[in-house]
Amino acid sequence: MTSTSPILTRRAALGGLGAALAMPALRPAFGQGTPIKVGVLHSLSGTMAISETALRDTVLMMVDWVNAKGGVMGRKVEAVVVDPASNWPLFAEKARELLQVHKVDVTFGCWTSVSRKSVLPVFEELNGMLFYPVQYEGEEESKNIFYTGAAPNQQAIPAVEYLMSKDGGEAKRIALLGTDYVYPRTTNRILRGFLKSKGIGDADIMEEYTPFGHSDWQGIVARVKRFAGEGKKTAIVSTINGDANVPFYRELGNQGIKAEDIPCVAFSVGEEELAGIDTKPLVGHLAAWNYFMSVPGTPNTEFKQLWQSYIKNPKRVTNDPMEATYTGFRMWTQAVERAKSTKVDDVRAAMIGQKLMAPCGYEEEMLPNHHLSKPVLIGEVQEDGQFNIVWKTPNAVKAENWSPFIPENANRRR
Amino acid sequence: MTTAPGLPRRRPFLKVDMRQFLLALGLLLWLALPARAQDAYTAALPGLAGSFGDIATSVEQLGALGDPRALPLLRALQEGKLQKTADGRLLLPGPVDAATGQPTDAAGAETVRLNNRVRQALRGALGRLQLVSPDAAERATAADAIFRSRSAEDVPLLQAAIAREADAGVKARMELALAAAQLVAPDESAKRDAIARLGAAGTVEARALLIEARAANPSMVTAIDVSIATIDRALSIRRAAETLFQGLSLGSVLLLAALGLAVTFGVMGVINMAHGEFVMLGAYATFVVQEACRGIPWLAPWSLPLSVPAAFLVAAAAGAVLERGLIRHLYGRPLETLLMTFGVGMILQQAVRTIFGAQNREVTSPAWMQGTLMLPGGIAVTQNRLWIIVFGIAVLLLVIAAIRFTRFGLEMRAVVQNRRIAATMGIRTGRVDALTFAFGSGIAGMAGVALSQIDNVSPNLGTGYIIDSFMVVVFGGVGSLAGTLVGALTLGVVNKVLEPYAGAVLAKVFVLVAIMLFIQRRPRGLFALKGRAAES
Repeated sequence: MTSTSPILTRRAALGGLGAALAMPALRPAFGQGTPIKVGVLHSLSGTMAISETALRDTVLMMVDWVNAKGGVMGRKVEAVVVDPASNWPLFAEKARELLQVHKVDVTFGCWTSVSRKSVLPVFEELNGMLFYPVQYEGEEESKNIFYTGAAPNQQAIPAVEYLMSKDGGEAKRIALLGTDYVYPRTTNRILRGFLKSKGIGDADIMEEYTPFGHSDWQGIVARVKRFAGEGKKTAIVSTINGDANVPFYRELGNQGIKAEDIPCVAFSVGEEELAGIDTKPLVGHLAAWNYFMSVPGTPNTEFKQLWQSYIKNPKRVTNDPMEATYTGFRMWTQAVERAKSTKVDDVRAAMIGQKLMAPCGYEEEMLPNHHLSKPVLIGEVQEDGQFNIVWKTPNAVKAENWSPFIPENANRRR
Repeated sequence: MTTAPGLPRRRPFLKVDMRQFLLALGLLLWLALPARAQDAYTAALPGLAGSFGDIATSVEQLGALGDPRALPLLRALQEGKLQKTADGRLLLPGPVDAATGQPTDAAGAETVRLNNRVRQALRGALGRLQLVSPDAAERATAADAIFRSRSAEDVPLLQAAIAREADAGVKARMELALAAAQLVAPDESAKRDAIARLGAAGTVEARALLIEARAANPSMVTAIDVSIATIDRALSIRRAAETLFQGLSLGSVLLLAALGLAVTFGVMGVINMAHGEFVMLGAYATFVVQEACRGIPWLAPWSLPLSVPAAFLVAAAAGAVLERGLIRHLYGRPLETLLMTFGVGMILQQAVRTIFGAQNREVTSPAWMQGTLMLPGGIAVTQNRLWIIVFGIAVLLLVIAAIRFTRFGLEMRAVVQNRRIAATMGIRTGRVDALTFAFGSGIAGMAGVALSQIDNVSPNLGTGYIIDSFMVVVFGGVGSLAGTLVGALTLGVVNKVLEPYAGAVLAKVFVLVAIMLFIQRRPRGLFALKGRAAES
């Protein structure tokens, strides 16, 4: 040990010297003041690593991007990455570590609703600020969280409306399939209320839940087929999350369920998830999001170029939660510039009303309920694993985080 | 006199006039026929460059037209090869202008996109056009397409096609399509006939048609109900057969996952929590073999059979290293082994995640493993599941053969029964331990090849199977291969029978509770080993 440590320190010193020499050449000069710290709270190991590692990379890309532009208020931005390892209680511990030990000014993180519910009390207690970038079930509003993903009225309800429209195939029977946890259960409760308001009764709704990572879909897909054999046009609404999607879609393909007979619209399947599937049997099945990689327009081209050059892989795809992270990060920099402060209370006040021409091709605005106005896009799976947009809302839709289709919300303020 | 020269003059004139008239008439007809068709054909074209609703309408018009040019046009549309230009011209591959048939330039053209409504219209239209195709498979698909998009106008078309048809299989499908069309046609007696024939068909699709017709035909409710009841009887038998198949298929997956464990845990008594990760290594070996074969066209279809030995070797090597490096130091200390192998499992997971990335890897199924196979009686079984059952049985036979009939198997049994005496007989027990553990791990790797066909190839692949594997081995009886087989198949079938009643989540819970109660009664499982070996 004693003999190696001088070498190590010498090497470290050399490395530090090299970095110091390279710094002025590569990076713009930053003004006075300590760096602004950005916490990154995404799982880099465990079940959710498949989805969340891309979001960590997105935040790091944005930090590079903003530093290349001279930082925020002339101050350098620095990322602090922690790994909550898909372990929900660990999310709360890591959130506390970010706020108390690293004293971050803002945090970008979480994917599953259960992880968000786990960190929410920590952010409220320590008055932190979290940007949550994933579509979720609503029924929540915290002054310490900004929700940059979709609320149910910005994804689930328009998607089902589409299925019931002429272009979507005039579905009269709906099979609600989901993974067994809070997001699918709440979303399906909202959808049931919505379907009832459209005259579709309980007899025409099938609801099934499966455990996380369910891989044997034979029985359920066969039951959906039978459910469709009752003489009314049937559609599947899938809130299946994570790994279970690949075996589910394989089974749909193998049992010969064609999109023109029983279309399936998914809320948690994006370009990243399709990367692991042979998409030929799935052409025509649908997904509802607020962004697709195939959206035309300059904001999206810039976003894609930024991502693919950062990740140094021209084939890597972008997806909706990545776009929501990007939009949230840019709005946060705008809000800090406007507030001339990184204090949570000042930035929070400045966040409301922030606008950005987002990669989805629409101008999004942060609303007083801490949610964004977003467009709703419906895309069909193509053979190349991309989505072809077949329907979109004319304008950005305002988020309703408290759904009117849940009876308990009747007394709540809208 | 004045008339005499006139007559001969007039007669030829008349003749000429008549001939010219006929010729002109023929010419006119000849021009007019295609011209009329062309009008309807070209009139339908602009719609294809419009909204999805316009495209669907145009497709329906083109399908009803019977124009020979409609077929290539609609096929191009279906295959995504039809393009449109900014000024509304449609281009067939070539590029050829769809309206004039002349070659043009494709600058700035974009593909005409489809949605499900258009695909539905296309299927019906192409069905009508392909009913006269010389290819029997195409005619059969056409009949099925008409069955789905039935309309009363198809009745004469189908009757003509049935009269021409020579292939019995295709004819049966056409007759079914005819029955579907007659169900929505006004002819009452034909309709009654159609109801009976649809009832005899006994398919879910026919049932859906009958239920739809039930509301529209109040006078025939009793006949329709009889037919529906016939279908329901046929379906319930089929459903039972399909549930059994699904159970066996789940059982075969459990069997594959548990066989390796039956060797390492059942025979050697090592609680290996990294067993699932060996399965995962096998799946990644499949992926690597597939990528390696991708560049060699003649080898590509054989990548899956080739990956079976590759996966075995990779996982066996990993198992041998684990046994020699770590496990042998912990023999007789089950708790420490459990914790250590659990840690090794996490290390393997994260290592694979670092090397291959956190994203799922795509392992494509060969064509012979895709789609559904129709057994007699209309029982539908998915091909990939069928092959996995076959593979599971093959691996089981391989394991039995290796243990029963090889020198290695003999030494393995000797070491398990009495290590000291085996050693005095000159068996290198340490080497046999390593080989046995490598063998068990290699079988786990082979399971990974099968699982790559039905599950995600991701670093977490193995975690989903480790609990199930232990459950199967303990339930079947530790150390008994027959127990593993019976245990796996029982758990699979019970799970699938319960699933429709209890849902996927509760079915699993029930199975777990049942096993707990069973183990209370019979701690040694279904097939308990007897004799001295069982006591040690």
